[in-house]
Amino acid sequence: MTLNSLFQIIFYIVVLLLLAKPLGSFMAKVYQGEHTFLDRVLGPVERFIYRVSGVKADEDMNWKTYAVAVILFNILGLLAVYAVQRLQVFLPLNPQGLGAITPDSSWNTAVSFASNTNWQGYGGEVTMSYLTQMLSLNVQNFVSAATGMAVLVALIRGFVRHTSKGIGNFWVDLTRSTLYILLPLSIVLALALVSQGVVQTFSEYKTVVLVQPVTDANGNVVTKQVLAVGPAASQIAIKQLGTNGGGFFNVNSAHPFENSTPFSNSLEMLSILLIPAALCYTFGKMVGDARQGWAILITMTIIFVAFIGLAVWSEQAGNPAFTKMGIDQVQTNVNPGGNMEGKETRFGIANSALWAAVTTAASNGSVNAMHDSFMPLGGLVPMFLMQLGEIIFGGVGSGLYGMLAFVIVAVFISGLMVGRTPEYLGKKIEAYEMKMASLMILIPILLAKVGTAIAVVTAAGLATIYNTGGPHGFSEVLYAFSSAANNNGSAFAGLGANNPFYNTALGICMFFARYWLIVPVLAIAGSLVQKKKVPASSGTLPTHTPLFIVWLIGVIMIVGALSFIPALALGPIVEHLMVFK
Amino acid sequence: MKNQLRPALTIFALLTIITGVIYPLAVTGIAQVLFPSQANGSLIMTEDGKAVGSELIGQQFDDPKYFWGRISATGTFAYNAFNAENLTASSGSNYGPLNPALIEMVQGRIDALNAADPNNPLPLPVDLVTASGSGLDPHISIAAALYQVRRVAAARGLSEADVQALVDEYTEGRQFGFLGEPRVNVLVLNLALDKIQ
Repeated sequence: MTLNSLFQIIFYIVVLLLLAKPLGSFMAKVYQGEHTFLDRVLGPVERFIYRVSGVKADEDMNWKTYAVAVILFNILGLLAVYAVQRLQVFLPLNPQGLGAITPDSSWNTAVSFASNTNWQGYGGEVTMSYLTQMLSLNVQNFVSAATGMAVLVALIRGFVRHTSKGIGNFWVDLTRSTLYILLPLSIVLALALVSQGVVQTFSEYKTVVLVQPVTDANGNVVTKQVLAVGPAASQIAIKQLGTNGGGFFNVNSAHPFENSTPFSNSLEMLSILLIPAALCYTFGKMVGDARQGWAILITMTIIFVAFIGLAVWSEQAGNPAFTKMGIDQVQTNVNPGGNMEGKETRFGIANSALWAAVTTAASNGSVNAMHDSFMPLGGLVPMFLMQLGEIIFGGVGSGLYGMLAFVIVAVFISGLMVGRTPEYLGKKIEAYEMKMASLMILIPILLAKVGTAIAVVTAAGLATIYNTGGPHGFSEVLYAFSSAANNNGSAFAGLGANNPFYNTALGICMFFARYWLIVPVLAIAGSLVQKKKVPASSGTLPTHTPLFIVWLIGVIMIVGALSFIPALALGPIVEHLMVFK
Repeated sequence: MKNQLRPALTIFALLTIITGVIYPLAVTGIAQVLFPSQANGSLIMTEDGKAVGSELIGQQFDDPKYFWGRISATGTFAYNAFNAENLTASSGSNYGPLNPALIEMVQGRIDALNAADPNNPLPLPVDLVTASGSGLDPHISIAAALYQVRRVAAARGLSEADVQALVDEYTEGRQFGFLGEPRVNVLVLNLALDKIQ
């Protein structure tokens, strides 16, 4: 790795951590209903929404009502996305005349975008009309992210409040997340992206005359190139900020119209982790002890940095098969070197490998290089980061509530070890919380492994593997189910997933991974909020110390490793041994 | 449950209008005023108003007198950004590192480069013989451009120094001095070549 690669990575992490505090304290204000500088513009809009929908903003919900509201709203969104896809052929803003989408693909995409996964079985520019992109996918980009944030805030209130029932009002949390946080950031980011070359237009696709005519696969001479455009920047901004990840174009953020320059690349990468990192600070602020938020942010950052290192090293080392063919893979100031298959020249190795770690640490899943063509260990990094449960930053809201489930487990185990009743932030952690936290950790693991197992023993699952005849094909399937079962959405994109088997199976994984986790989270919130605050005593385990951070990292890595090392051994690990034999 | 149905429906409708209609329209409006060229695809126009490409999207070149770009894995022909008949679009090769098809593709490019310029003494840079992620990558590395200077100069009857000077002129450094990788835009460079000869 050259000094420049190292500098770019350090720069990224430093900027991310510097932004956590200002954005985090702003979000704390938003969720605590305090005055912000956006009130003047957005206050009237917010009040109008509550008035029309009959919401009383100061009316708290108990956890069951909150859960009903979340599920109801999400099912409504899912149905709307399904309907628009099926009907797009009859609707306006479809300049290319793209046809109706099949039922299985529509189901998959509807679940995918409602659940904040944004797995894409389809290619955007050949499938979705402008109207579908805007009115259904883009809306879900906002509200699925806001749903995650709302559920997190409800959980935080479970820690903050005591001997009561209410954990907040979902409609208020949803509306304020969208209006005050996601929308302003998206507008700024979208315009910055357009300045770099990301397209934003409603015109039909552009046709240009080729400088050198080419011959196509059928022997015909081609003189023109059709360039797919569209209202992309507005969608890409929220796809990154909301850890959605669904691309406007087929190759996502590798497409030059979706991610044009190294600067647009940095902005997009930064926006992926921005809100998840800042929410750690929001958490600390809301529970009245900023150190608690920093401890979690440091835990995430340490694991993240280790995996970035592995990914960059693996990709920069390159493919030994290329070296045998006399190809120069040594990195210099004029040659990016390394495994450039599936990567863009403007990003090179460091920014492609960094992106892979960023997008899977968060449950984003957008890509700027083809993960299917990564070296085995380079591909293992994004796969394992997803399998850890999308808690290393994770999705907006969902990452931190997933991480808090691990904190509960860590506190509980340490309590057992020293023989004291475990407590966290002044709340006793008892069997009920432990059961719910275990469900949150076990459900994604179960879905990923059972899904993979079914796919690799059925003809339908095996039929569309792309890199056949070796461990890489298994990796494609394991990656797909790990991605769906953790609401990430990235892929080893060779796998042909737009067919009834994968559309249905992955759709089921995404659905349960999202909503079967949200219910236990809210149940924990409902249980904690009833409890008394216990004052800290000499027997209380402090949860902001380096000791606790190391302990938490240990618990996360042990759970992740025990669950997935055997499966990874059959995929990327054995492939690595074959490449370097 | 029933109490939540009205807010669910109305808030969904209102947020759909705000985030699905007003937001993209507002961004489009502002973008079309502030950045009209970028918002519409950074098209390169000739003097008579004909679009000959986009600065951001590569084109296929295999004539020895042009610089060649990355390998493209798009459908039916290279750098095919949108094919209405086959519904193919931007795409990487998605070959895994052990896939024999990867080796075959790379060897095919090596053979084509050797046939066009036998016994080129320079080391062969990896980006020139591998497929890009999008299949539309407009750039190659500086090393990949320098590797082709001798061939392009010979095919056009120009001196290597002249072609080299043109490559230098069209080399983009790292953005702000440190972001991304230095690179050469293949289409822009080839248009400049056509202009001097």
